[in-house]
Amino acid sequence: MTVRRLAAGLAAAWLLVIPAFAAPAPFAVTEVASGIFVRQGVHQDATAENDDAIANIGFIVGPASVAVIDPGGSLDDGERLRATVQAKTDRPIRYVVMTHAHPDHIFGGVAFVADHPVFVGHQRLAGVLVERGEYYRRRLAEILGAARAGDYEMPTLLVTDRAQLDLGGRILDLQAHGAAHTDNDLSILDRQTGTLWAADLLFVDRIPAIDGSLVGWLKELAALKALPATRAVPGHGPPVVPWPAAAADEERYFNTLASEIRALLAKGGDIETAVVQVGLGERGKWQLFDDYNGRNVTVAFKELEWE
Amino acid sequence: MRRIVLIAGLAALATIGSVRAEESDAERQARWQDLRHAVFGDRRVEEGAGIITLDAPDRALDAALVPVTIDLVGPAKVKAVYLMIDENPSPLAGTFHFGPAADTRELRTRVRVDAYTLMHAVAETEDGGLFVAEKFVKAAGGCSAPSTKDQKLALERLGQMKLKPVAEASPSPDADRVQLLISHPNFNGMQMDQLTRNYTPARYIQDVRVTRGDALVFELEADISLSEDPAITFGLTGKTPVPLTVEVHDSANATFKQSFEIPTKGT
Repeated sequence: MTVRRLAAGLAAAWLLVIPAFAAPAPFAVTEVASGIFVRQGVHQDATAENDDAIANIGFIVGPASVAVIDPGGSLDDGERLRATVQAKTDRPIRYVVMTHAHPDHIFGGVAFVADHPVFVGHQRLAGVLVERGEYYRRRLAEILGAARAGDYEMPTLLVTDRAQLDLGGRILDLQAHGAAHTDNDLSILDRQTGTLWAADLLFVDRIPAIDGSLVGWLKELAALKALPATRAVPGHGPPVVPWPAAAADEERYFNTLASEIRALLAKGGDIETAVVQVGLGERGKWQLFDDYNGRNVTVAFKELEWE
Repeated sequence: MRRIVLIAGLAALATIGSVRAEESDAERQARWQDLRHAVFGDRRVEEGAGIITLDAPDRALDAALVPVTIDLVGPAKVKAVYLMIDENPSPLAGTFHFGPAADTRELRTRVRVDAYTLMHAVAETEDGGLFVAEKFVKAAGGCSAPSTKDQKLALERLGQMKLKPVAEASPSPDADRVQLLISHPNFNGMQMDQLTRNYTPARYIQDVRVTRGDALVFELEADISLSEDPAITFGLTGKTPVPLTVEVHDSANATFKQSFEIPTKGT
């Protein structure tokens, strides 16, 4: 009797508790190649409504284990990614790769701590996070609230040039790049399917944001185009695009900025003029153009005036 | 609702509101009064309309590189200009002392901005009057922003200079305008080496002296608020072929000196 009453009481309590502890819901992912799953981010900046789920994130399933590639933009984004992995496979998450330091890619990292993965990043990533991580956390907390913002994890494996991750016979080739989108970009090549996970080295539809080097980015793109890959996963844009064809828009935008800024510099034009004149022919070709073009021109001008 | 944008792609979140963005106008004005007393003591600082204007973007695209234009528009001869960024750790960004070879009508430079701030430019006339122009700028994080993406390159290039013609119309047709670029990381002690994870010791330009023949154009006393690779656009009285000499001293006691022919404007 007592036991039954207790059980009934527990059941009732459980019903009350469920809404508060609802398991994170998996989200929709696209299997862009065998065993490679991508969740497409929205073309927005972080808001309380979108949970900073604005970047393309996902995972690669190998015979023995899973590599998460970019753990997401917030706690919720990371937890839902983790639930999605668990819904697709029971293999353990051995690696969490952070493609660069920007918050929309890595603030879901804390959701994976219980898996005890190796957190992988560019050799400069740790330093960048020490320098700017707290700043990112504060900013994201202002938007999402501290409880929902999530947190990054420090990398435990730093890639100086190249590294390989073995998912049980499925080899991922990691490459640490020179300054391009940022100064801590990592790309991943899945040999088995010829898929390049370019992350933010490749923006499609959404305007690229230059936080590293315009000239460097063009150089890294040229090298990436030579890789044995037929498809790529952009950091922002569709979940998968043909490679290297999909690099064309980004290259055109960068070459436009470079040639217009160089022409202005040759005439003795200054940065104030550049930010209101350069790249305007590209407006209409990119989402969020007005939010980022002026900033891109500033970064590029500062770089090119010393050529 | 105040809209805060977390920029997806950017590390230097230049346009983001900061805690100080909430500071009230009264608090900003109180800060300016403190700063004014610290720099000028009890001297009277008058509203500068008709004498000095200060322009900068309302919202900076890059808090580590905020272009500033100071225009001295009045008839009175100005002997110095003080540029202050009220909320910066070291608010007095630079003091320009002008000599006889300067055309002071339009002066430009680039600064770092640490938080939403009032900027002030104060002109000191020959007879000792002080006149102020004010501008509010939304920018944050410029002082601790990574100083450079490539410290090795920055040190190789340390002290190199360029003197460039300026395309924009000169405010005075009988004067040349030029832009001086100085390659210097201007480390302010708030940036970190990302590989060693140690703070990079401060090393910044303290003094820039530009002369034409024996005549002074200007001497700039600078501080940590000038942007990396500082740029200064200024005017020169008269059109003469006499070359310019630039001498730069930094806080590591290094001196860089170079002479330039006056560049001609491109097409």
